[in-house]
Amino acid sequence: MDWAWVGSHLDDIQHLLLQHITFTVSALFFGFIIAFPLALVAARYPRLYQPILGITGVLFTIPSIALFLLLLPFTGLSETTCILGLTIYTLLVLVRNTVEGLRGVPDDVKEAAEAMGYRPLALLMKVELPIALPVVIAGLRIAAVTTIGLVTITALITFGGLGAFFIDGFRRDFATPIIVGIVLSVALAVAADLSLVGVQRVLTPWARTRR
Amino acid sequence: MEFLADLFEWFSDPINWSGTEGIPARLWEHIQYSLIATFIGALIALPLALVLGHTGRGGLLAINLTNTGRAIPSLGIIILVYIAAGLNLLPVYAALVALAIPPIVTNTYVGIRSVDRGVRESAEGMGLTGFQVLKDVEIPVAMPLIMAGIRTSAVQVVATATLAAYIGFGGLGRFLIDGLATFDLAQMTGGAVLVAVLSLAVEVAFGALQNALVSEGVTPRKRTATIRAKLGSTTA
Repeated sequence: MDWAWVGSHLDDIQHLLLQHITFTVSALFFGFIIAFPLALVAARYPRLYQPILGITGVLFTIPSIALFLLLLPFTGLSETTCILGLTIYTLLVLVRNTVEGLRGVPDDVKEAAEAMGYRPLALLMKVELPIALPVVIAGLRIAAVTTIGLVTITALITFGGLGAFFIDGFRRDFATPIIVGIVLSVALAVAADLSLVGVQRVLTPWARTRR
Repeated sequence: MEFLADLFEWFSDPINWSGTEGIPARLWEHIQYSLIATFIGALIALPLALVLGHTGRGGLLAINLTNTGRAIPSLGIIILVYIAAGLNLLPVYAALVALAIPPIVTNTYVGIRSVDRGVRESAEGMGLTGFQVLKDVEIPVAMPLIMAGIRTSAVQVVATATLAAYIGFGGLGRFLIDGLATFDLAQMTGGAVLVAVLSLAVEVAFGALQNALVSEGVTPRKRTATIRAKLGSTTA
């Protein structure tokens, strides 16, 4: 471990860390925008659930390197390729957890809300989603941690966030940048995971008081 | 769609199908890396998780291992071990085994723990020893989740074995890495298609294996689906 290298490369570290975060946040954002409506449709029309899971599942199974390379002919060596690929990987977990969360809402709770005059949209926003929230956020946590790991793979197509340090270390047969890259990306994943747990605590105050 | 024609040409060129650098040879290397790594991973993870699950100890570790494991970048591990250990297959197996262990531990642990308490107690009441309870009751009942864990690991290992090529080894990753280095789109996408197909094949094969290994009396589909959503198994 060469601490002098770390000291003299703080700018690079900051830049790549920011790129890593930008890629992750963008992928989660777009992933959620796509997955959420899909999940609502799947929760309402159960017949569509298996096909939607099947398609997002197949996309998830395609190895990440393969997926990024398969996108290259269409979107080139660009940030679009990275974010598009990462977004595709978030879909399965986000869709599945949102649907399972909504399915977990007890029927008598829904019936009680209907009897109290909740219309479908209000029922969804004020009753079903809050109850489903822990499972939805569990999905976001998995998606966030997975995406942070996957960003490093985009180093193979010249980006990579902290993964760029792996390539740099490999080319120069120098372990320090690789260790920095591994440690920071794991730390980033832990930080993202904990912040989402925090978000869940803030958004579900009733769960705290009950315990 | 000129590249589709190139891709087709790449797949139909007999040169790509013969010799030590042909598709069959690379495919076999890829399968070897993946099989060995998944096997070693299961050999380490299964006994550990079965004991933890049976005794109910170490739950927090077992459950959180998978999510933490996901954060470890395999590319970084392969390159780091390569720099430390040199040009042998150790870096590849280190990264792949590390990848294989967490899902098996987590799924197996949760599978064993979620065996109905009444079922476990009746087995004990019938005079089964601890080991018999594990072997004849807990493992069969937990089998869907145990298999789901191995399947998740196997699929991830197959996908990640591609990285072996980055430090100079074989497997299907060769086509991806070489194609990328020379910007040979046909070779690169051809390799990508092969890895994707192999991953899907492994997924399907494990699905069939799971059906064969799970006792007919055990079909907790809905419950398994919910548990999987919580664990974030990659299999749909």
